[in-house]
Amino acid sequence: MNNTWIKSLIGGVIMFGLLYVVSLMMSKAGLFGFGIDDYSSRLLHFIIINIILATSLNLINGYTGQFSIGHAGFMAIGAYASAYFTVTYGTAIETAISGETGGLLSTSIVLLIAVAIGALAAAIAGLIVGIPSLRLKGDYLAIATLGFAEIIRIVILNIDAVGGATGYQVPGYANFLWIGFFAVATVVIIHNIVRSDMGRALISIREDELAAEAMGVNTTRYKVISFVISSAFAGVAGVLFAHYNKFLSTNDFQFIKSFEVIIMIVIGGMGSMTGAILGAIIVTLLPELLRQLPDITVPGLGVVKFADLRLVIFALILILTMIFRPQGLFGNREFGLSWIMRPRTAPEGTEAVGGVEGVPIAEDIKAKHLASEEDEKK
Amino acid sequence: MSEDVQKTDNAKGKYVLKTDRATMQFGGLKAVDGLDLAIEQGEIFGLIGPNGAGKTTVFNILTGVYEPTEGDIFVDDKLINGLKPYQISRLGVSRTFQNIRLFPSMSVLENVVTACHRHANQNMFDAIFRLPKYFRDEEEHKEFALELLEIFGLKKYAETGGTSLPYGKQRRLEIVRALATKPRILLLDEPAAGMNPSEQEDLTDLIREIRDKFDLTILLVEHNMRVVMGVCERIRVVDYGKSIAMGTPDQIKNDPKVIEAYLGD
Repeated sequence: MNNTWIKSLIGGVIMFGLLYVVSLMMSKAGLFGFGIDDYSSRLLHFIIINIILATSLNLINGYTGQFSIGHAGFMAIGAYASAYFTVTYGTAIETAISGETGGLLSTSIVLLIAVAIGALAAAIAGLIVGIPSLRLKGDYLAIATLGFAEIIRIVILNIDAVGGATGYQVPGYANFLWIGFFAVATVVIIHNIVRSDMGRALISIREDELAAEAMGVNTTRYKVISFVISSAFAGVAGVLFAHYNKFLSTNDFQFIKSFEVIIMIVIGGMGSMTGAILGAIIVTLLPELLRQLPDITVPGLGVVKFADLRLVIFALILILTMIFRPQGLFGNREFGLSWIMRPRTAPEGTEAVGGVEGVPIAEDIKAKHLASEEDEKK
Repeated sequence: MSEDVQKTDNAKGKYVLKTDRATMQFGGLKAVDGLDLAIEQGEIFGLIGPNGAGKTTVFNILTGVYEPTEGDIFVDDKLINGLKPYQISRLGVSRTFQNIRLFPSMSVLENVVTACHRHANQNMFDAIFRLPKYFRDEEEHKEFALELLEIFGLKKYAETGGTSLPYGKQRRLEIVRALATKPRILLLDEPAAGMNPSEQEDLTDLIREIRDKFDLTILLVEHNMRVVMGVCERIRVVDYGKSIAMGTPDQIKNDPKVIEAYLGD
């Protein structure tokens, strides 16, 4: 018990040490001459915000098995609700705390309140959307959530108080350390939920709803809870996005954004924490990296600018990944110490058919088969 | 009420599971038609009938998958009409499935621990902040699950994937999972389906054993005569949703109506 606490404490200190070093490198002065340019820094921020989105969507899609594609809607709610708060009351609260604006303490407090408001607003929206939609299954649920997300976006588009179609200027309260903190918190909280009684209840719904219900799991309630938690974290991501980007437009929350998050978890492996994180990194980074593709002269076609084709190439890579690893890069397993040290020998006895993933039983059978064939030849 | 009740009125115990003229109608078809059951504390009760007799429908109305269109169902003396399956499970009624429904991606142990949900003593916040209560609860469930697996000879497979076990062991695992909810009444839906004769024999012993060990009342819906005759103390025969006979295995074997239903005229 104490062991776990000490481990998480050490993990936390290392994590924040790392985040702090990176944030120092992002500053104008850099760290011992090592700096991160603005472009990379911006990319890094978006990767981390996307990690929050992907891991939270993974809770409802990957673990609970309810295919929701309305994540951008909840992100928008979080973003706009908190932005409205900071635009209206931000400076007033800051001056009340420290008498001036821009101090570290006062901006942090305003950001924390903003995150709380964004998460709460998104959670309430999640509850309102979740209760009727989660009666639906499969494709119907997907369409319903997609519809709700678009409704949310269109409604926001028509609220003049938050800029409407002209966009919304937001003060930049979110710095790298806070964004990193919330990403780590999201990952830890969702990880801890999944590895608990509640997590098992959620996974059992994904695996077999009827059996889950027969084992005493209130499936409706747990679906709604996981949807609400998932929405709340989407809201947090929205808050951070709004206060980092300093400008909101409803175009940022079109259904394409929801699909982007879906792609992240599908590529990484639904129901895998590390998969979602990796997916978020790949989907954010890859289109940018492909910008650096060279121009190549192809006989008959002249000079082909592959950098211009980056989205086509990106789509091709996604398609190929799905063909060769339909379960995603990690399936529903986790990459970590326990995966590296997984047993590679067959379990005792000869009865296990099929075996566990990664256990070379098939080879064993093949060897026996070959041996018997040789016997026959003799 | 019914003949069950009249016959056993003087007998020991009370009825833990009872239906009163339960009827389940799908459109024009009455899958279950005015069925009366009264199952006593601690008995092994068999519900049999030819294909399509409505056995599984009875099972589904008892476990809350369907709500009976007419009639009442009681667990102890509590009316359970219209309760959801999880609510019925919380009253201490647990079940297995005809076509095995284990949780495919979970290990044997996880399958069982998941079913401990009903008596879990942790909430979301204990889990998120990893409070001592969470660890205590997890440890308890794991120990309990391993104990159960030990009894059923499945402990050595604890870390194996549940669905990669051989068929007979999967059936056993389903029973273990049902027992992990700490039920008082266990409903087994065709537990012998797809088993070979030696596995069937093991099963009969197993059913008797778990009744004694866990102080259970067992309702067995079964197709396989060998198992039913071997283990049940009382049997109810249904055909076309209606009860056609009721009695001990010996009485049933010689009942002309039963023979007719199974073999035709």
